[in-house]
Amino acid sequence: MNKPIPTSADGLSRVDGRAKVTGAAKYSAEYNQPNMAYAVLVGSTITKGTIATIDTKLAAKAPGVLAVLTYLNSPKVPGHIPTKAQKPGAKSGPLKVFYDNKILYNGHPIAMVVADTFERAQYAASLVKATYNKQAHDTKPPKDLSRGVGAWGGKDFTRGTVDAWKTAPIKLEQEYIHPSEIHNPMELHAIIARWDAPDKLTVWDKTQGTQATRDDIAKAFKLKKEDVQVNSQFVGGAFGSALQVWPHEVAAILGAKVVKRPVKLVLSRPDMFTSVGYRPYTWQKIGIGATADGKLVGITHEAVGQTSTFEDFAEGPINTSKGLYAVPNVTTRYKLLSLDVNTPTWMRGPGEATGAFALESALDELSYALKMDPIDLRLKNYAKVDPDNNKQYSSKYLDEAYAMGAERIGWENRKAEAGTTIQNGWLVGYGMGGGMFGAYRDVAVARAIMKADGTLTIQTAVSDIGPGTGTAMVLIAANKMGIDPGKIKFEMGDSALPLAPMQGGSATTSAVGSAVHDACTVLKEKFQQLMGNGGTDNPDYVKILKEKNLPSLEVLTKSQPGPDNEKYSMQSWSVHFVKVLVHPTTGVIKVDKVVCVADSGKIISPKTARSQVVGGAIGGIGMALMEEAIIDHRYGRFVNNNFADYHVPVNADIPQIEALFVNKPDPYINPIGAKGMGEIALIGMAAAVANAVYNATGKRVRDLPITPDKLI
Amino acid sequence: MKQFQYVHPASQAAVLDAIAKPGSKIIAGGTNLVDLMKKGVMSPDKLIDINNLPLNTINTSPNGLHIGALTLNSVLSENSLVLDKHPLLAMALKAGASPQLRNMATVGGNMMQRTRCAYFYDTAMPCNKRAPGTGCGAMGGYNRMHAIFGASPQCIAVHPSDMCVALAALDATVTIAGKKGERRIPFTEFHRLPGEHPEMDNHLAAGEMILGLDIPDNNFSKNSYYLKVRDRQSYAFALVSVAAALEIQGGVIKQARLAMGGVAHKPWRLFDAEKFLAGKALTEENFNKAAQLAMLGAKAREYNAFKIKLAPATIAEALKHAGGLV
Ligand SMILES: Cc1cc2nc3c(=O)[nH]c(=O)nc-3n(C[C@H](O)[C@H](O)[C@H](O)COP(=O)(O)OP(=O)(O)OC[C@H]3O[C@@H](n4cnc5c(N)ncnc54)[C@H](O)[C@@H]3O)c2cc1C
Ligand code: SF4
Repeated sequence: MNKPIPTSADGLSRVDGRAKVTGAAKYSAEYNQPNMAYAVLVGSTITKGTIATIDTKLAAKAPGVLAVLTYLNSPKVPGHIPTKAQKPGAKSGPLKVFYDNKILYNGHPIAMVVADTFERAQYAASLVKATYNKQAHDTKPPKDLSRGVGAWGGKDFTRGTVDAWKTAPIKLEQEYIHPSEIHNPMELHAIIARWDAPDKLTVWDKTQGTQATRDDIAKAFKLKKEDVQVNSQFVGGAFGSALQVWPHEVAAILGAKVVKRPVKLVLSRPDMFTSVGYRPYTWQKIGIGATADGKLVGITHEAVGQTSTFEDFAEGPINTSKGLYAVPNVTTRYKLLSLDVNTPTWMRGPGEATGAFALESALDELSYALKMDPIDLRLKNYAKVDPDNNKQYSSKYLDEAYAMGAERIGWENRKAEAGTTIQNGWLVGYGMGGGMFGAYRDVAVARAIMKADGTLTIQTAVSDIGPGTGTAMVLIAANKMGIDPGKIKFEMGDSALPLAPMQGGSATTSAVGSAVHDACTVLKEKFQQLMGNGGTDNPDYVKILKEKNLPSLEVLTKSQPGPDNEKYSMQSWSVHFVKVLVHPTTGVIKVDKVVCVADSGKIISPKTARSQVVGGAIGGIGMALMEEAIIDHRYGRFVNNNFADYHVPVNADIPQIEALFVNKPDPYINPIGAKGMGEIALIGMAAAVANAVYNATGKRVRDLPITPDKLI
Repeated sequence: MKQFQYVHPASQAAVLDAIAKPGSKIIAGGTNLVDLMKKGVMSPDKLIDINNLPLNTINTSPNGLHIGALTLNSVLSENSLVLDKHPLLAMALKAGASPQLRNMATVGGNMMQRTRCAYFYDTAMPCNKRAPGTGCGAMGGYNRMHAIFGASPQCIAVHPSDMCVALAALDATVTIAGKKGERRIPFTEFHRLPGEHPEMDNHLAAGEMILGLDIPDNNFSKNSYYLKVRDRQSYAFALVSVAAALEIQGGVIKQARLAMGGVAHKPWRLFDAEKFLAGKALTEENFNKAAQLAMLGAKAREYNAFKIKLAPATIAEALKHAGGLV
């Protein structure tokens, strides 16, 4: 076991913060190339069927137009050509852009215009006219188990006795709806594609994994990996929407091939609703039962998530019910419903955030039925070992987190009876909800280079979608090497740099941070060896390099999980406390105070960790009160695909948010003791808000979002 | 968007000449028109920028307070004459859009802004307002934001403005200029109900422009309130909004003004409720009765049924604020 590192430079601000707020940070769409052309996609206006005719003549003749691509004239993507026959009944797989005349969902890309300016491309795109052979479509989301098909091989799961909750003296069964949510990061998805030779490609692309994107593009276009260069220096948020290569990226690369110029493609905000995945609409039902003193007897968690007709996307909404509490009997049934929609994808707290809304709401409902404090109920069923596999936890201090949060929110002011507190004409309510998410560690490699001037360069291919990866890595290196963070340069977002996993699953700090830690450890040891006599704890790097007449010293270190990562159950934990005010007659909801507590091991970078939690809480407020992507099912088309109608919280919606950390290192997960934070910052938050609304009003809203109309 | 011409005339006469031609359109702040052009909902051949005209004035006149059509929403909401004489208008303006938008949006543009109905905005959808005769997408569709008063089988859209709700309550008049000269009409008669012609939002004739507004002096300034209920605290259109103004004498309501937003194709004056309140005491019971009176004739559709409950609640709450009960 490694000793956790100290965090002497705790107060370090985001290392790229200044560049970001001054506009100096360059995002993918800003790497304009000489002679660059602009691409705009045209989406289908029907939901299912085939293209009968597509007229591109007017568009092709419009000023500045260089090419109009459709399935009729687009060069084929080598990776799209099937190598073996599709199994009967199997889904066709990820959307192949401009492949055939099939329309699989409303907004399916049917053409792309490439022109010399963005405006001209956009205008010409409006001139592309298609006619269709329409087929009846179905976009109606699930409302029970009936139409779902089992995900993951279709098996239901039971621990203990099937549906044992029904035998409990105190029990309830309720349905919960989580509508589709669009990631909607501020930065639109964007790519600039430049062919440097017929078999050599460079892209500047919004991605959460430069190397995964490189590998996927290489596969699609049958190129050598080393001939594809992916740059993603800054990413303006993604939340999971940039974890895979999407059709628009392939389209831009095709466009660049056709016009023989670099091509830029930036999605529009409406495109963001149909092009880069979303959190799937999920119907859930929870049956939960307990003894009169609050010991859980059983939980049955059913969930049906929507997916597309051409790909299955499954996540883990039922996972929290298996693992969050010590329950002897758990049954889960998770199914997918295939609809004529685009395929969903991972979105912050994927699965667990959806599931925790249902489970943590149900637990709250149970607490009222039991007349028991919701925290006491959770403590009564506190899992000391992982109930799913009986493994010891690598670390768990969730009980401390409950206590910290309860104190800061003023939990003692919560009235056990709902709808009974009114202050200045507003109903007051308190609620809490928690979450868990697996804590992971992947293989990662880092390079550390100490130069003669005493500056240290750290390199990894990782991208930073906003959590402050650069800052955390600089802190790890500074602490290990004992140097000023100002002397450290962190290079990333480049597929040619050392191996890094995608930024997803809250595993970046754990994986890449360990690699940086290990690289710095080895580098320091090298210096100590050079000094001889076992070295000192604080080598004078500049002096040593000078004495040995070396321009620099560099190491490349691979870091990977060990047996402990198998031996223990590794999870991050969170709990959210919320105080709301609800107007009794208009139903207006104001979130008055939020306290979030994370138990995610050692906190490497306190400032960016705080931002991470605040962002998660705000996302949770959006999930609870506002976000809902709405389709008119008659047309299969979105009716709120813009920021005026698809609401996310604005500053006025956000109260004081306190982010607290247990901040105790996990001794087993990795050498730095840090676990993931991104997902747990959100998971459980929506339930906390819903539970507070119930406490205020006595009204239980089980279908998100909780808008004023549902409370009057 | 379609290629278009852009002119910047120096005089009112030149503007009137320019807008007389079909296919031309006035642009003021551009915060609504440019969006609609990008979406292909409106595609004028020629934009007539009127910002050269001296219409950004706020001054007292024999008709009360005069406000030029180019006055910015932000400037108007902070003007001391407005804050002093008609705080209701300032409240309504501040409840609209965002500071950035208000810094561009003009009074004339705000009056002329088009509905936010999603079907109107999407050229792939049916909409009688955008493309007469194609049908009303919202009628059997997602109509949560739509009208409960004065709708027609052709259109159930609402006028989205906050400012206009206050102006309707404050008995403002509109000054309009055309080639034939100027005319003045009551603000409440500026916007129209959809009827058979939802493509027409208001009574401004082709070739006419708005010069400005006048708000008569009144005794409402101490007891007025604008309450906007929306899905988030800022930067959202009203589910329902209410402008309430009371003149109180000796603890009794001498006269009242009430208008609602988010419920009809035009700012919806509540004349019956106003009449009821005249001479009444400031009690919650009276406010609730007035609110119920205001709801006569309301008709809900699939997704906006909540407005039948929300509207009277909002009226009563706004009256409580105006009357000093909260
Ligand atoms: C995201 C968003 C949110 C918004 N939220 C709200 C809200 O909550 N509440 C609210 O009230 N408003 C809201 N608005 C609308 C905003 O108030 C209007 O866009 C603005 O008032 C329009 O003014 P403008 O000067 O920019 O008009 P322009 O866009 O320039 O013009 C709009 C129309 O008015 C016509 N026009 C302009 N001036 C004259 C004139 N003098 N005579 C004749 N015709 C004229 C133009 O020809 C055009 O048809 C929102 C807008 C956006 C984009
Ligand atoms: S309500 Fe009016 S604006 Fe909306 S779709 Fe119907 S006709 Fe068009």
